[in-house]
Amino acid sequence: MPFNTLKFFIIILFSCLLMACIGGESKVTTGNRDGILHLGNGTEPQGLDPHVVTGVPESRILRALFEGLAVKNPYTLESEPGVAERWEYSEDGLVLTFYINPAARWSNGDPVTAHDYVWSWQRALNPNMGNLYAYMLFPMVNAEAYATGKLENPDDLGVKALDDLTLQVSLNAPTPYFLQLMDHYSTYAVHRATLEKFGKATDRFTKWTRAKNIVSNGPFKLTEWLLNRRIVVEKSETYWDADKVKLNGIVFYPTENIVSEERMFRAGQLHLTNDTPLEKIPGYREMENTPFMQAPYLGTYYYMLNTQRAPMDDVRVRKALSMAVDREKLTRTVMQGLVFPAYAITPPGTLGYQPPKLFNYDVEKAKALLAEAGYPNGEGWPGLELVYNTSESHRKVAVAIQQMWKDALNIEVTLANQEWKVYLDSLTQMEYQVARRGWIGDYVDPNNFLDMFLTGGGNNKTGYADPLYDELILTKAPQAKSKQERFALFYQAETMLMEEMPIIPIYTYSTKRLVDPAVKGLPSNLMDSFNFKYVWLQAVNNSKEGE
Amino acid sequence: MLRFIFLRLLQAIPVILVVITVTFFLVRAAPGGPFDSDKAVMPEVKAALEAQYRLDLPISQQYFAYLGDLAKGDLGPSFKYPGRDVNELISAGLPVTAELGAYALLVALILGGLAGIMAALKPNTAQDYIPMSFAMIGICMPTFLLGPLLVLVFGIYLEWLPVAGWGDIPGDKILPSLTLGAAYAAYIARLGRAGMLEVMSQDYIRTARAKGLPEWRIVVKHALRGGMIPVVAFLGPAFAGLLAGSFVVETIFQIPGLGRFYVQAAFNRDYTMILGTTVFLSTLIILFNLLADILAAWMNPRLRAQLGESK
Repeated sequence: MPFNTLKFFIIILFSCLLMACIGGESKVTTGNRDGILHLGNGTEPQGLDPHVVTGVPESRILRALFEGLAVKNPYTLESEPGVAERWEYSEDGLVLTFYINPAARWSNGDPVTAHDYVWSWQRALNPNMGNLYAYMLFPMVNAEAYATGKLENPDDLGVKALDDLTLQVSLNAPTPYFLQLMDHYSTYAVHRATLEKFGKATDRFTKWTRAKNIVSNGPFKLTEWLLNRRIVVEKSETYWDADKVKLNGIVFYPTENIVSEERMFRAGQLHLTNDTPLEKIPGYREMENTPFMQAPYLGTYYYMLNTQRAPMDDVRVRKALSMAVDREKLTRTVMQGLVFPAYAITPPGTLGYQPPKLFNYDVEKAKALLAEAGYPNGEGWPGLELVYNTSESHRKVAVAIQQMWKDALNIEVTLANQEWKVYLDSLTQMEYQVARRGWIGDYVDPNNFLDMFLTGGGNNKTGYADPLYDELILTKAPQAKSKQERFALFYQAETMLMEEMPIIPIYTYSTKRLVDPAVKGLPSNLMDSFNFKYVWLQAVNNSKEGE
Repeated sequence: MLRFIFLRLLQAIPVILVVITVTFFLVRAAPGGPFDSDKAVMPEVKAALEAQYRLDLPISQQYFAYLGDLAKGDLGPSFKYPGRDVNELISAGLPVTAELGAYALLVALILGGLAGIMAALKPNTAQDYIPMSFAMIGICMPTFLLGPLLVLVFGIYLEWLPVAGWGDIPGDKILPSLTLGAAYAAYIARLGRAGMLEVMSQDYIRTARAKGLPEWRIVVKHALRGGMIPVVAFLGPAFAGLLAGSFVVETIFQIPGLGRFYVQAAFNRDYTMILGTTVFLSTLIILFNLLADILAAWMNPRLRAQLGESK
């Protein structure tokens, strides 16, 4: 018997050694050699139908597979030619004409035409699609009416094909950010014949996006989709600008667990990660030539205040709470200096727009305001509940703010964490007093942050309502003659918003990820927008194992 | 014996029905729905979505429609992954989870079995204490601690084995199987030790010894089968537990198994997916328990005789 045990252990040891030998080259090394990017992509995508899915992981894959009429330059975020080689606005800014590149092709070789867009946008707006992002096309004439079922005939939509290569879009009002929306997947064209081959065009359940079925028009095409395992795309030869595409392929991994993702990165299984665990950041910061990258992100982390419930129905209480939050300290300590203090809802520098800063961290003033509201030094305070969705970092922020309020104002606040869907339900029903919230911009424009607070808006949920504010955002800003005038109107609206303080802005987001030094052409930008056409891999010389 | 199997299967039907009914109404009672999102959903869009998934019908109609589909073997479309149905998601995840579970069980049987036998042969000596202490550690140490620990040692420092994946890189199945198997190995070691100790004190072992048989033959030929009965009884629930409980290991090692789908489905309020996996896993658990009972009967002549009598 002891002999058998010994033999067994020898076998185990031997197999481990054997494994050590075949471990060999890492994916990063082989990827650098073959031009294959290995990318941690957060989660398994819901799907790959651009008119059905929502989410950042989905958007990255879709950007590789499809291309919009205009795309964003990853360095400047300016719009540059995509499927359309050029475009022009009419003088009054109400008609936008796209001239489609005659060389644009689908991955099966078919030309991309203006008719594809007319058909695709009709599909994207069809009420039966259940497209959560249908509103992206609402600046277009009749889009909202059609999507909400008030208009029957899709031919009345403000999109027309003048000929195969000319697409004319009529807008409700001059919409400076409309061009940016062309890079959002909900406005992508889909290949009609392929969709119709696999079922009804407005059916969410068809199998047209499977690897062997899908036809797309982007720089890459789908070759493999293994559920919860990986999605592989390879360079498309039919892409009009294929010469510019340097990568031969990309592998997207659903790296849900960010701790495992970081280990995969360290073991050379990934070129770049989707995120970085907070506790690992100090270590990475100390490294020489650190792979850690941090950049501002177009998003604001804030607390919503239910202005219809006491004690938050008093603006002085809302202001006192906001002024008693030491954002500098919070961002420096709890958030490890990764994010930036926020004093308004729009992130600073959104296309050159600077939001108003109406208050500072000011304990004395906060105390005075609270006393005025009838709670001197916290006396008679009825208590308050702060709701956040379950997450370690939300908890840390909430605990810090709870303590700040206690120290500065001597008030008790209880914390309640809720599972994601429960939390969403509380927000929708307005069953909360204070709730944590984050908003990531869909496009770079103050409008995307400010139109949340329109009266009765689906994302408002604070009870804030001001007809003057609505008028500024809905009527005046779109009619502004210049960017300055428009931004001045936004500034005016945001000032009104922050005077009423239905939200407590806390910080502006940032992206944090690990990037292998071999990855080039992937600059950080405010939208965290990847344009894989620009990316290439260049192995750094210190690893000679591949040679 | 056949009658016993048939009766057990018959008993399983009401159990599964209760599982379906309770799950069906519980998931719908949970706050938040599958189409809630952090961005406001237009009422028209929500109505269209609900109609596509029959959520606009009264709940009793939804329930009977679901039972009708289930009888046809159709678990319905997934809410979270449009274009995929639950049958497809389960069949994508199951082979991976089953493979992981099988390897883990193998690890558990080999390590645990050997440790248990070693310990039982020389009770209350170092040969007993050392493997049993390891077994105690194995039972106490949760997989979410052991997994990252193994990864750090073998994946990051020694660079012997991949840190994540399944079937992607050679050797990436070793660490997850070890991690998942370790706790079960520990259980098996303890059960095996107890079983072997009991058997080794039986009269027929003494007889074998008196006949002058070498010790290893006594263990392998005479003691093992009886001594391992508690282990076998444990195997059925253990394998079901491995299938249903591999979620943590699947998350640590980014393994595309059923466990990950299951837990995500609950978070996403993916009604059909929650129901589908629950029904599927409860059926499996019932089946494996039955199998374990049959196996135990086969190994234990006394139990077999009892079943025979009750015919």
